[in-house]
Amino acid sequence: MASTPTTETEERAVVERRGPVRERFIDNEHSYSSLTDIIGEVVLSPRPPIVWFIVFGISFVFVNVFLMAVTWLLVRGTGTWGNNQPVAWAWDIINFVWWIGIGHAGTLISAILLLFRQQWRNSINRFAEAMTIFAVICAGMYPLLHTGRPWCDYWLFPYPNILGMWPQFRSPLCWDVFAVSTYFTVSLLFWFLGLVPDIAALRDRSTHPFARFAYGLASLGWRGSARHWYRYEQCYTILAGLSAPLVLSVHTIVSFDFAVGIVPGWHTTIFPPYFVAGAVFAGFAMVLTFGIPLLKVYPKLKDFITLKHMDWMGRVTLATGLIVFYGYILEMFYGWYSANTYERALVMNRLFGPYAPFYYALIFCNGIAPQALWHPKLRRNIPFLWILSLIIGVGMWLERFVIIPMSLSTDFLPSSWAYYEPTIWDWALFLGTMGLFTFLFFLFIKFLPMINIFEMRELLHQIHEYEHGHNGHGGNGHHGNGHSGNGHSGAVTADATPAQPNPETLEGGH
Amino acid sequence: MANAVAHHDHDSEVGANIYGLIAEFDDPDALVAAARTATQAGYRHVEGYSPFPIHGLAEALDFKDWRLPKIAFFGGVTGMALGFIGLWYTNVIDYPWNVGGKPLFSWPQFIPIAYECTILFAAGAAFLSQWLLNGYPRPHHPIFNARNFDRASQDRFFLFIETTDPQYDSIGTANFLSELHGVLHVSEVEKD
Repeated sequence: MASTPTTETEERAVVERRGPVRERFIDNEHSYSSLTDIIGEVVLSPRPPIVWFIVFGISFVFVNVFLMAVTWLLVRGTGTWGNNQPVAWAWDIINFVWWIGIGHAGTLISAILLLFRQQWRNSINRFAEAMTIFAVICAGMYPLLHTGRPWCDYWLFPYPNILGMWPQFRSPLCWDVFAVSTYFTVSLLFWFLGLVPDIAALRDRSTHPFARFAYGLASLGWRGSARHWYRYEQCYTILAGLSAPLVLSVHTIVSFDFAVGIVPGWHTTIFPPYFVAGAVFAGFAMVLTFGIPLLKVYPKLKDFITLKHMDWMGRVTLATGLIVFYGYILEMFYGWYSANTYERALVMNRLFGPYAPFYYALIFCNGIAPQALWHPKLRRNIPFLWILSLIIGVGMWLERFVIIPMSLSTDFLPSSWAYYEPTIWDWALFLGTMGLFTFLFFLFIKFLPMINIFEMRELLHQIHEYEHGHNGHGGNGHHGNGHSGNGHSGAVTADATPAQPNPETLEGGH
Repeated sequence: MANAVAHHDHDSEVGANIYGLIAEFDDPDALVAAARTATQAGYRHVEGYSPFPIHGLAEALDFKDWRLPKIAFFGGVTGMALGFIGLWYTNVIDYPWNVGGKPLFSWPQFIPIAYECTILFAAGAAFLSQWLLNGYPRPHHPIFNARNFDRASQDRFFLFIETTDPQYDSIGTANFLSELHGVLHVSEVEKD
């Protein structure tokens, strides 16, 4: 443990020594117990803040809208939706792809950044993972409901049946069933595994007998013994290693749903990487969309989710956004280079057709607007980041709109062309899934720790090791890129960090 | 540490209801050092408890176990085989689908599902074996009787020596523990 400084000069020395490190990952003085206190308090305090009740109440209204939309769909059938020939896929598939893409950031943060030993993920991975699970739940509603007879959905799985038939496994739609259900299962296992030690901490901390019982049950009796941690870490790393290729495969397979078809605008090889990048892009935007208001509601968590985190999430958003923009440019290029009448017609349709405003809005939202993130000051400007994350969320939705109804509405036969419009039930179901997502998310932050406590303790331990210069390895990952904190907008307290980390004082310890 | 107190004086002469002795620390590095000292001193039934995984603690306890990755690997192989053979059996043998004139055994199209099954089975095997090898779920355990053990999940670090250890001796082991560097407290743990 770090000894507490006594005089002012000593204190300043501590700030100078640990400033740059702390500025990135953990702000203010913290100990293992204060981490548990602050993160656990969100769950264990008897009354959540009033904002929690307001958002929870509104989302509950939309959950009911969702239930109503589903009920009406089951009563009247998919004819209540706007899709019809030739636009047989519309909001159901747009929203499916949109939601599942949003989930991808959670897996990227929790698995891929873990494998790359990016400790800054430790404070955002838990709620990003939760968002993955809830987003996949919302996404899953669409394929399940768009069959029109969801009670027959088990037909999607191969099971020995009286008809003597099996699914057609050469179709990417059947691959989707396996990809999405595997993705959901593995994400859930990974999330639960990460939760158990924190649930044990809540069990030991809560005073209410029912809370102790419930958390005790959910913790499975976790004791935190060295041998258990050993196997736990093996398992955690293996699940991360499995999730990384999994997340890449899921959106690849989703993109195959389109790329394998011969519809103009779909039949391109750029689709898998461009879809995966778009998913991460949308997902990081969603993490910002939810994360930023969360810090407003729970300001104490600003010690753990600092401007540095915002900055780095902004960078990932920018990087993936550039890949997405590259995809848009290449789509145009294919239209010309393929020398295919239909592909060229599609490009003209995008630029000058009836849906052209959507296309230009897409280019603005996903191509132009994220370029602002090149600027470090804007990456650290919280209100700006939040608005940009909303713009990106809309942009990624527009991307799927541009891909799906725009291509389908003008197919190969001009006689069958038709203009697509959503109905009120399309809207109700979409808004309903947003309500469901928010509802589940707010339940989660009330009952489970939204920041991974044990990984934050681990991070704190590493920071201590690094500061005390016990060994050179403790500081791995803290090095590099000594970006100064001069552009702060006051969202983080204790901003008296020096402009540049001094490697000599950092390594030399005290 | 001088202020460490050995707490083994009450009704423990029989020792029948004693599970072992536990030492409390507030520093993870002190726990690792203590674990290493205990192992080097010949103690075998030693266990460390910490609120987060500490690198080097399992090594300090001479603990190694590579069963879990092996189980996960075989899970993955099983999943891949099941997926691939399942697709082959259903779409080639039992219900031969002719899709666009492609050969019946068009195996590249079986890869995505076999791949997903590999991941699903490997992850499931890793997850389940983690819990089973660690002996969970187990809501009750004598170690929870230890003094201050509530903090083992929060900010304290514990070293425990079980009575079953061949070298265990209620007074000698207590003295050994209380002489460890950085120890805050040593106490007995009852079985129930």
